[in-house]
Amino acid sequence: MTSIDQGAVPVGGVQASYRTCRFTGLRVEANAELLIKVNAVTAVIFLLIGGLMGLLVALTRWPAIQLLPAEWFYLVLTGHGANVLLFWILFFEIAVLYFAGAILLGARLAAPKFAWLAFILMLAGALMANYAVLRGDSSVMFTSYPPMMASHWFYLSLIIFAVGALLAVIIFFATLVVAKAENTYNGSVPLVTFGAITAAIIAVFTLASGAIILIPTWLWSVGLISGIDSLMYKVIWWGMGHSSQQINVAAHVAIWYAIAAMVLGAKPLSEKVSRMAFLMYILFLQLASAHHLLAEPGLSSTWKIVNTSYMMYLAVLGSLIHGLTVPGAIEAAQRRNGFNRGWFEWLTKAPWGNPAFSGMFMSLVMFGFIGGISGVVLGTEQLNVLMHNTIYVPGHFHGTVVAGTTLAFMAVTYLLVPLLFGRDIIWPTIAKWQPYFFGFGAAGISLFMMGAGTLGVARRHWDLSLTDAAHGYEFPAAAYLMMGLNGLAAILAAVGGVMFILVIVGSILAGPRLDRPGATMTFPLHDKSREAVAEYGSEIHPKLPGTIVLVTIFFAAFVLYYFVNWKYLSELWLFN
Amino acid sequence: MAITPPSNRLWWKEPIQAVELGWIILAFLWGLFMFFFMIAWHFIGDQNLSNETYRVTPEGFEEKVVAFAEEFQKIGADGAPVEEDGVPVVAPPEGGDVYMLARLWEFWPILELKNGVAYRFHLSSTDWQHGFSLQPTNINISVHPGYEHVFTLTPTSSGDFGVVCNEYCGIGHHTMTGRIRVVD
Repeated sequence: MTSIDQGAVPVGGVQASYRTCRFTGLRVEANAELLIKVNAVTAVIFLLIGGLMGLLVALTRWPAIQLLPAEWFYLVLTGHGANVLLFWILFFEIAVLYFAGAILLGARLAAPKFAWLAFILMLAGALMANYAVLRGDSSVMFTSYPPMMASHWFYLSLIIFAVGALLAVIIFFATLVVAKAENTYNGSVPLVTFGAITAAIIAVFTLASGAIILIPTWLWSVGLISGIDSLMYKVIWWGMGHSSQQINVAAHVAIWYAIAAMVLGAKPLSEKVSRMAFLMYILFLQLASAHHLLAEPGLSSTWKIVNTSYMMYLAVLGSLIHGLTVPGAIEAAQRRNGFNRGWFEWLTKAPWGNPAFSGMFMSLVMFGFIGGISGVVLGTEQLNVLMHNTIYVPGHFHGTVVAGTTLAFMAVTYLLVPLLFGRDIIWPTIAKWQPYFFGFGAAGISLFMMGAGTLGVARRHWDLSLTDAAHGYEFPAAAYLMMGLNGLAAILAAVGGVMFILVIVGSILAGPRLDRPGATMTFPLHDKSREAVAEYGSEIHPKLPGTIVLVTIFFAAFVLYYFVNWKYLSELWLFN
Repeated sequence: MAITPPSNRLWWKEPIQAVELGWIILAFLWGLFMFFFMIAWHFIGDQNLSNETYRVTPEGFEEKVVAFAEEFQKIGADGAPVEEDGVPVVAPPEGGDVYMLARLWEFWPILELKNGVAYRFHLSSTDWQHGFSLQPTNINISVHPGYEHVFTLTPTSSGDFGVVCNEYCGIGHHTMTGRIRVVD
């Protein structure tokens, strides 16, 4: 039997103030709590800015509306990428790291002053990047491929942001050391913390790659270096650009486990398998950049095949394992909770009205079916030529980062607000529907962009009709339809995003206080969340027929879609 | 539970669930298959991106393309060189070398190829990065300045094909197109 309260004997000379959460029994340290709040709130503000920019992009790419003029479109698209893909995600991930480090281990945050410094550096970088983009001379897209050059403010801002984020990751590691030294927990770290450690290790690699390429690029932009080789830039830049997405995956998978535990009392089917799957992300992160370079000249097929797959697709295997163990853990927990009838009672009687659960489960399904399958197809050496740089690519990564990561982050926020701010969620009806609006909107964005991409529509392109082009070309009518539907789905997702921000900001400012005796949460945690914790091993030989059916459907969809694309490829002109 | 330390300190000695093990084996075999299928396609498939690339200066490449266009520009029935939209139409000899240049903001020149004939296609940029996106057949290849990409291209359908730039290249990006005509 282990619980965090036992054995929590502060040692050493460092003073820290703790409170105990009434609902979870977690020991919450004041500095950790404050810094989690600050990082999470900042993240939400950048989600608002970046999300609004995303809506403008989608409405411009809707051919019947074409909202923004070309110059503004490229500016806003650059800002959209930076604000949501970097700033929203990374501020929130820092909050998740501090939560998984300090709160879940019942420890104090190491070096809070440096944590503040990290936050200030990140904020300064984020604001400077927006300044550089809004100046109008840095519309170079998120990838900023040379020889196209942005204002030197743009590169400098990203470097400052990355230094801040790296510092925050170091503080997370230091917090783990503190927790171990002060004996705040017994045995191994929780699975969720293990997942967060995975994310943090990948983050170090990611931020290092970013520094290696952005520092010389910055020097080039101020005139100290004469040129940056375009192919070398891509190889190293994607060491940051792709592995940063692997941070997201590790972080949101950790959140899936956390929500399943807190809302349903779920525990891993076996700790060993789930942890091994996280470890695969680190070991087989791959050279990472390879996925993005399959249509480049100058790189050999051997290099491409080895580095996209590391011979065995073991990083993909990691995700496939979580794709079974997360719903499996949920099914096992629900069956223990008494929903034992038939194959799917555990799922139909799940708390679909609780936005933490519904958001989490939709994130799981959409990440797998939309983001995951399309990602593997896109990352196959030859198939990539079918979709490289078409709008299929943003379709794919809106399936991973929006429907997957962002939806999972939103879902966990419904738990963090009561636990850290001590406020209940206001407007429960809006909260209840929010994940559905955002989730289905995000799924629509992904699927319609993928559909348009298979029809050849280019990404990052202002004018589908090619009106002023050197030589005219007519895209099929279906492409116009897809881009219109994409606009509608973006509006749906934007409504979901606004609902999220209203509910969360409203709850933080004016939600009913939960620190009064007798106060209860609108979206309750699992009754036995503390006891269920304790015993590992009662889940031996669970019956999981529903999960087996789900993964079978998933696997069939995966294999089918994979071969459909080979068929499509075989009908192209011949090239070699 | 996943948010607390495993109560069994020796969790790594716990057995793996049978359903987990079955899924891991299936997923692993599928991963192996996907790896070998990429290799296999180099032997059984006709769509593999070439590994042949040369270092070239932008000026050097431009000279080659201009010389190519002058030599093989199509001559119309009236005996005058053919142009479309102010761009020469070039009909290279069957099976010969074909050049296409990407620059701000056009693909130059217009090519006229024969259906079913294999050409050695040379592709490079003289300024920024561009994206060669052949439509509606949907072949997408990146174009870098300083790298001359050479591949064998065999059209298998005839008609007018658009080349649309799909790598963002500044404010005129959406005006950057080219044309390839395939005749029987």
